[in-house]
Amino acid sequence: MAKVLKTGDMAKCIGCFSCVLICAAVNKKSHSLQKSCIKIRTYGGIAGKFVETVCHACHDPACAEACPANALLLRKGGGVLVDANKCIGCRRCVSACIVSAVDFDEDLKLPIICHHCGVCARYCPHDCLSLEDV
Amino acid sequence: MIYEKTIRVLYVDMKEQQVLIVEREDLKQYMGGVGVASKLLEETMRPELSPLDPAQPIVFAIGALSTIYPVITKAVAMFISPLTGELGETYAGGRLALSMFSSGFDAIVIVNKADKPTYLAISPNDVKFRDARPLWGSEKDNVGRIIRDEERQYAGKRSIIRIGRGGENQVSYACVSVDRYRHFGRMGLGAVFGSKHLKAISIVGSREIPIRDFGSYFKVYREIYETCTKSDVMAKYHDTGTPINVAPLNAAGALPTRNLQQGSFEHADKISGETFSQEYLVRKVACSGCPVGCIHIGQFRREFAAHGHEYETISVGYDYELIFALGSFLGIGDPKDILELIEDVELAGLDAMSTGVALGWATEALKTGLVSLDDTIVPLTFGSSQEYRAAVGYIANGVNAFYKNLGLGVKHASKVYGGEDFAMQVAGNEMAGYHTGYGSLIGAMVGARHSHLCNGGYSLDQGLPIGKDVNPDDMAEALLKEELERCMLNSLTICLFSRKVYDRQTILAAFAGIGQEMTDDDLTAVARRIYAVKLRIKKRMGFDLQDIRLPKRFFETPSMHGQLDEAVAHEILMKYREKIAALDTATAGETE
Repeated sequence: MAKVLKTGDMAKCIGCFSCVLICAAVNKKSHSLQKSCIKIRTYGGIAGKFVETVCHACHDPACAEACPANALLLRKGGGVLVDANKCIGCRRCVSACIVSAVDFDEDLKLPIICHHCGVCARYCPHDCLSLEDV
Repeated sequence: MIYEKTIRVLYVDMKEQQVLIVEREDLKQYMGGVGVASKLLEETMRPELSPLDPAQPIVFAIGALSTIYPVITKAVAMFISPLTGELGETYAGGRLALSMFSSGFDAIVIVNKADKPTYLAISPNDVKFRDARPLWGSEKDNVGRIIRDEERQYAGKRSIIRIGRGGENQVSYACVSVDRYRHFGRMGLGAVFGSKHLKAISIVGSREIPIRDFGSYFKVYREIYETCTKSDVMAKYHDTGTPINVAPLNAAGALPTRNLQQGSFEHADKISGETFSQEYLVRKVACSGCPVGCIHIGQFRREFAAHGHEYETISVGYDYELIFALGSFLGIGDPKDILELIEDVELAGLDAMSTGVALGWATEALKTGLVSLDDTIVPLTFGSSQEYRAAVGYIANGVNAFYKNLGLGVKHASKVYGGEDFAMQVAGNEMAGYHTGYGSLIGAMVGARHSHLCNGGYSLDQGLPIGKDVNPDDMAEALLKEELERCMLNSLTICLFSRKVYDRQTILAAFAGIGQEMTDDDLTAVARRIYAVKLRIKKRMGFDLQDIRLPKRFFETPSMHGQLDEAVAHEILMKYREKIAALDTATAGETE
């Protein structure tokens, strides 16, 4: 069964950034925050609420629609998979996503998009994130 | 940087508004963190000038393994302390270490004074000296908000550190706040910021740091993560947090109360960690890179109009040390009063521990007639929080001669007004919340920064069976061993709460995970090297252990091991002095 990342319990988030660091490490083999597919930030500084920015697993994704090179393949369960060989680095997917879940890797010239592997959920100490069957 | 042969240092001149990046291979022998910071302080300090002279440096550093493994979340700041007049060293968590790591700077050295209030904005490919005139005089929360708005494209990656009125007015124990809930609390870094017209630093980076060998790295990461989150090694820090210590320390007679007139507090159960958790805790927060999350946020409401049920809600971070300093030490037994006082100290930008201890002395000085109500303005009385709230503002603003003197530390104030026997400081630094015995007391004297965290002396006391006589040589040896070990741990900048996670075997595995083969002997050598630098700094500042005069009260009020004997304390101190005299501090294996 296909799985997608759910972020329903962000009220429990302590802002530890484990999800961000582990995503960058596992998926991009990098220690750099900006390589992560999931982003955590606060509204109103650390005293504010922690919020996440990550792919919503759309079934009819705007990012894929905007891609002129067919580099974003629809993923079973929702969201997309990046075909690095086809990507021309135009960044249309970045601006197409209204939840800002698509970032751009300036080193590889490829979009950074969550592929719902769930490693962030496994390393969330507060169970804010989960990988669920759809 | 990790994987690199060099330490990357950003030098900042506030007066000339110039920066210089230097890659230094020679600093690698100090590993990182406190090692690199000590060496940079030794190179740039000006012993002939006063601590607040603009030429004195501020040094920040992150560690050799910063933020790539769990709970390695601290940054260290070193400077010449306006409080003690010698080596200043303080640590903070928050997001600073992660932001510095991303910026690619292992260390930052700041000298000289800007012509006008300034904040530093360090971002990818730029360092800006920005106008902070509108922020001067502003409370720290506002400063954070305004800078967040100014640098808004970096949300989620940036760290903002800032001072309050206490720092601007150069109170000797002014702090620097880091990302709202963490602090470079002790020894007056905030005053050094103030002396440079430096209101705040915002730092963010985007440096790409590829993992060299993912398999090796991830294996170690996973094991450490599991230990931190699944074993009970870290559980107490997350659960009730450090305030869990209130009850056992009180029961042992080691909770400093009413300016250490007592070692236990009759209202301890009302201000225990358990009470705070049940009645006031609303949230926990973590430093970036720490899955534990020990930052406990309490909340209370305050009526701001006499009629009409008008309330504001206030959230405050609390910890054991704050509950001791602004609670039991001032005889305050209502958690709401303590939270309110913490908030005032926070907004004023002062160190909570020094502030509480200073006010404890002031209360007794007023009661015994050493000072008058003309000096204190309000009738400071143990247990009465509203007067203390006013006094916090008086210290931060230096409203009269008395509060100006109190703002220079309790050692200074008691020298001016008398009452040195009950001015609870050690070598100029106000005491910590542990009247546990010789370990705690001598540990603070010999500790490089006169903190309970230098060598964990209180922990040695707690491990010693009650009724057993202390062996001076053993105690001195144990303190030295731990002081050295923490030099090494702090060169990694682990959070010391995780010191049981990061045993030597784990540290070596963590280095191996990033392809750095180290041996146990290497770690020992690094510790010695770093301690040698610290001892040299202290010597150049004219510090000698035998010059320290302790207030008599330490020996009058029984500790958890009963009444302490000044002669025994002196013997331990002299043993320690002999031991460090025998260390090779001239080079300690350092190379040019």
